[in-house]
Amino acid sequence: MKRPAVILTATIAGASLLAACGTGTGSSDSGADSAGASGPIKIWYSNNPNEVAWGEAVVTAWNADHPDEQVTGQEIPAGRSSEEVIGAAITAGNTPCLIYNTAPVAVPAFQKQGGLVNLSSFPDGAEYIEARTGEAASQYASADGDYYQMPWKSNPVMFFYNKTIMSAAGIDPENPPLATYEEFLATSRTIVESGAAQYAIYPSPASEFYQSWFDFYPLYAAESQGSLLVEDGASTFADTEGEAVATFWRTIYDEKIAGNEPYTGDAFADGVTAIASAGPWAIESYGDLDWGVAAVPTSAGTDPAETYTFADSKNVGMYSSCENQATAWEFLKFSTSEEQDGALLESTGQMPLRANLTDTYPDYFAANPDYTTFADQANRTVDVPNVSNSVEAWQTFRDAWTSSVIFGEDPIEASLQDAATAIDTLVAKD
Amino acid sequence: MSQDTRQRGARGSGRIASSAAPRGRRRSRLERLLGRHPVGLLLTAPYAVFVAAIFLYPIGFGVWMSFHDFFFTAPGVDVPTPFVGFDNYVTVLSDPDIRASFLHVAEFLVINVPLTVVISLLLATALNSVLHWRGFLRVSYYVPYVAASVAMVTVWMFMFNSTGIVNQILGPLAPDPSWLVSKAWAMPSIAIYVTWKQLGFFILLFLAALQNVPKELNEAAAMDGANRWQCFRTVTIPAVRPATTLVVLLAIITGANLFTEPYLLTGGGGPNGASTTPVFLLYQQGIQQGNPDVASAIGVLLVIAVLAITYVSRKVTERD
Repeated sequence: MKRPAVILTATIAGASLLAACGTGTGSSDSGADSAGASGPIKIWYSNNPNEVAWGEAVVTAWNADHPDEQVTGQEIPAGRSSEEVIGAAITAGNTPCLIYNTAPVAVPAFQKQGGLVNLSSFPDGAEYIEARTGEAASQYASADGDYYQMPWKSNPVMFFYNKTIMSAAGIDPENPPLATYEEFLATSRTIVESGAAQYAIYPSPASEFYQSWFDFYPLYAAESQGSLLVEDGASTFADTEGEAVATFWRTIYDEKIAGNEPYTGDAFADGVTAIASAGPWAIESYGDLDWGVAAVPTSAGTDPAETYTFADSKNVGMYSSCENQATAWEFLKFSTSEEQDGALLESTGQMPLRANLTDTYPDYFAANPDYTTFADQANRTVDVPNVSNSVEAWQTFRDAWTSSVIFGEDPIEASLQDAATAIDTLVAKD
Repeated sequence: MSQDTRQRGARGSGRIASSAAPRGRRRSRLERLLGRHPVGLLLTAPYAVFVAAIFLYPIGFGVWMSFHDFFFTAPGVDVPTPFVGFDNYVTVLSDPDIRASFLHVAEFLVINVPLTVVISLLLATALNSVLHWRGFLRVSYYVPYVAASVAMVTVWMFMFNSTGIVNQILGPLAPDPSWLVSKAWAMPSIAIYVTWKQLGFFILLFLAALQNVPKELNEAAAMDGANRWQCFRTVTIPAVRPATTLVVLLAIITGANLFTEPYLLTGGGGPNGASTTPVFLLYQQGIQQGNPDVASAIGVLLVIAVLAITYVSRKVTERD
């Protein structure tokens, strides 16, 4: 071996040994000490302007009454996605005590990393979560039955429609027929054929794992009356309901009712499409558009009062690097109290994940009837299942969906079945 | 013998004598370890430490991860990371998506590297002979290279989508499905985009090389009756061979690391996975899905593949 090769090999080997020595160790916070400790804490919230305003107000309100337990809030650092930023921060050991907008899909991975505090370990932990959220809390529990996330807010996905485009296409803008697959397809064809809009609907055709939350999953939740993608350790979607939803979307792509190219921007806000699947968070971005909202369709046309959809929740995680976890828990309860949830609803229009939402804030919903529809829908939502390898499972599903539905290259039944088999293997792994 | 010659002879004898002396005596162990000029080690130490920390340690860690069952944990969380031999490599090599991603990169390189070399050499030659607007033209070619990828990608998406200006010009000749959602055209479209985006940098490399080619060579060839093409083929191309080697190597290395363009242009490896690349899947496995051990195996295989390709390309481009 020539000398440079020898040097390179020796150096890499040495570095490998050093690396090996450096793994699995590091400073260890005493979990027991941190759990009962009080003092200053840091939190991160999202960079949405309305949520920043809410976060700053909550922190100010808390700090005024807790001089020895001051909270410092900041927007989550910029990154490709908040999940990636949080994952890196967990590894580096510099997560704040609380992160608002923790995605449920990432919770199993964060838990596996040892990055999350078990909220059920607080004396009133599980009791508080279940009392606030009601029955819906159970779908946020981990496999061990404990809560590693505080269910915080949901954005139930519904179908927005542009009334101006509907009128231009000769469709009743106040009550467009969108309840059944047949009605939806007929309305969509009319929109496209009339030239009122280039497309009827335009969910992102991109391959990222989370895109199925806005095309497949809301309709599957509705069609199956609330089934999760995975239940009791086995995938559910390779059934007649899943195939019905996939066939519906494949028809849409085959007939070019939806585009299959990535779109830069918001197709609905730009008037490229007449219908969009989104939660109430999107309302602000629609500006002066004259829009209405409908429940997602089903094959038989389910009563909207009984229709399920995807919750698109964001929750709060308490992270294990937190040194003053007692303060963090108290602040978490303060920030999810009835008063602060009301402030969140007022400033963002997003639905706090609490039982009896409309009864709790009757004045708000009386003044904002558009949001009442979403609040009612929030009672019937499903979220991503809390399972191992959750992101990988969703990516597996998305790949199958892309090939069989968006590009129509593989048969739907076989494609869903293959994805289900692969996902069953993934969720069975640690 | 002149005075001058004697002095040169004396200096020469002295050099021989002084260089022969250490050979004669036994070097101490310390001297053998540190060399004759230990201060050199001191001067190079900061850079050596920098390289070790920023380059060698991550490489070593990556190789180590690829042979272990490993995932990132919070500090203080002690989890076993057992040695798994080649398991991660087996996972990678048995995954058809990952195998396909290597083929996609090969397809990219087959289009991108020759296009890069040919177009940048021709444009550099043209620029080298332009008398007016030289600065403007150089900047024009260089702007895409320094402009933000995200901005450039957006422009190309508008140009190459189904209703974009390219399809409007082509009319019925436009492919259906369109460029970036066609399995056949997605990767070639990306390769052409990247060629255009990076052209400015490679033109500069060739331009620097061309300006070192003596004008007398072309003049002599012209006097011998060579036309412009013959001058280009027999004088210019051999004269810029070192630059060509560099351009090919850099194009291969940057092409093998392709990530941003397919991610942005085709919405994350679309259509239907036709534009996935090893680095894209490395990101997906390592960052999104929490499998850094598998991602490391992809990275190691990619490094080996790039080393092999660059070795072959050097043999080809440096051949007389």
